[in-house]
Amino acid sequence: MSDRIHVATRKGLFTIERGNGHWGISHTNFLADNCTLVMHDSRTDRPGLYCALDHGHFGAKLHRSFDEGNSWEECGVPTYPTRPEGVEPQIDMMGRTIPDSLQLIWALTPGSVEQTGRLWCGTIPGGLFRSNDHGESWQLVESLWNHPDRKQWFGGGADWPGIHSICIDPRDAKRIIVGVSCGGVWISEDDGASWVCRAQGMRAEYMPPDRAYDPVIQDPHCVVQCPAQPEKFWAQHHNGMFRTTDDCASWQEITDVKPSTFGFPVAVHPEDGDTAWFVPALNDEKRIPVDGKVVVNRTRDGGSTFETLSEGLPQDHAYDLVFRHALDIDESGDRLVFGSTTGSLFISENQGDSWQSISRHLPPVYAVRFDKPSS
Amino acid sequence: MTLIRFTRNIQRHIECPPTEASGSTIAEVLESYFKTNPQARGYLLDDQGALRKHMAIFVNGTQIKDRTHLSDAIGEDDVVDVMQALSGG
Repeated sequence: MSDRIHVATRKGLFTIERGNGHWGISHTNFLADNCTLVMHDSRTDRPGLYCALDHGHFGAKLHRSFDEGNSWEECGVPTYPTRPEGVEPQIDMMGRTIPDSLQLIWALTPGSVEQTGRLWCGTIPGGLFRSNDHGESWQLVESLWNHPDRKQWFGGGADWPGIHSICIDPRDAKRIIVGVSCGGVWISEDDGASWVCRAQGMRAEYMPPDRAYDPVIQDPHCVVQCPAQPEKFWAQHHNGMFRTTDDCASWQEITDVKPSTFGFPVAVHPEDGDTAWFVPALNDEKRIPVDGKVVVNRTRDGGSTFETLSEGLPQDHAYDLVFRHALDIDESGDRLVFGSTTGSLFISENQGDSWQSISRHLPPVYAVRFDKPSS
Repeated sequence: MTLIRFTRNIQRHIECPPTEASGSTIAEVLESYFKTNPQARGYLLDDQGALRKHMAIFVNGTQIKDRTHLSDAIGEDDVVDVMQALSGG
C-alpha cells in the first residue's frame, strides 16, 4: 500500500505521508504557485516526480524532481510547432480561431517500463505530446492534431478542448487511449501513428438531439482503465456515468444512480474492473454536493448497483466539488484519496467504507496522486 | 544598444537582470536577448512567438502596438520594459 500522496493545489504542491498510523503534511513545494497537475513516475530506470504549473502571465511550465521532491528543475514543456509563414490559424466548428500554443498541461502519464524516458502529455488546446527523455523535450503527435475530426472538438469548462486522460494499455504499450473534453475517446493501436474515435454509446445533452450520440463531440470528464482487466474502462461524462467492457467498442450509460450521475472524477479498482468510485455533484448547472452532503458512490458489480458512502465525510452545508484529477486509488485497491475545491482532503484505507479528513483548509485541490510502487 | 528591463515578478521564476541588447525592432531585441537567456523566451512569448496575453512591453513608457509580430521600431537609446498585467488570483 502507498504511504505517500502528492497533492497539487492552486497555491502549491503538498506531500502527505503516513507515519505511526497517521496521515499528515510532510512537506511543501512551489508555495503560492498554481500547481495544476502532479505525476509520479515509478519506473526504476529514473523514478521521478513531475509537477505542472500554470504561471498565468508567464505560461504553463513543467518541473521535475529525481530525489522525491527535495529538489526540482524546470524541464521542457510541450510546444506547438511554429505555423509556417502565410498559413492561417485553424478555425473550429464555431468559427473561432484555434490557438496553436500551449494553454495548460492537463494530463501526464508515464510510458511502459520498457519505454525508457517515455512520457505522454495531454494539453489544452487539444494537442497530445510525447517525450522520450523524461520531459526534457516534447513532440506533438501530429497524427491526432491533424485528424480532420479534431476541428470538431470544443471546450467544456475551458475555452478550448483538452486531453485530460491518457491510458497506456498494460497489454501493449503501443495502444494508447485518450479522453478529450469535448472530443470523445480516441484510441491508437500503433504508438500514436493513427487514431480512431471510440465513444459510441456516449450521450451529449448539450448538443441538438440529432447529434447527441455523435462520438467526436462527447465530453468524458475522466476516463480510467482497469490495469488487471484492461478491456474494462469507466468514464465520468458531462451527462452521466459510462462503462465499457469491450475495449471501448461500445459504451453503456449507467442511469438512476442516487444522489446524482453528474461529477468529474472516477477511479477503478486495479484488480477488479467491476469496482469503481465516483464523487457526485448535483448537476451541470449546480456544481455542488447534493443537499450539502459530500459522498462517494461505489459499485462492485459493474454499475448495476451503487453504495453511497459517507462515513467521515461532511454531511451538513458542505460545498466541496472534486475535480477530475482529484481522486486516486493506490495499487492495493484499498486506499483512496480525494481533494476538493474548498481545500478538503479525505483518505480512506478501506475502499471508501470510511474516510478521514487530513485537512479542511488547503488551497483548492486540482490533482491527487499516490506514490506508485517501483516498476 | 537598447536597455531592456524586466518585471520583478518574473525574477521569482527565472533570473532576468537588466541587460543591453541590439536590434531595430522589439522582435530583434528580444531575439538578441534570448541568445543570452533562452529560458526567458517561453515566459514572455507564446508558442507562435507572440507576446503572451497578460504580458506588456513598453518602449520609453509607451506600450507597443504589434503584440503578434513585435515589429515596433526601436532606437539606439530607447529603454524597453517588460511588464505583466495586474491580473490573477
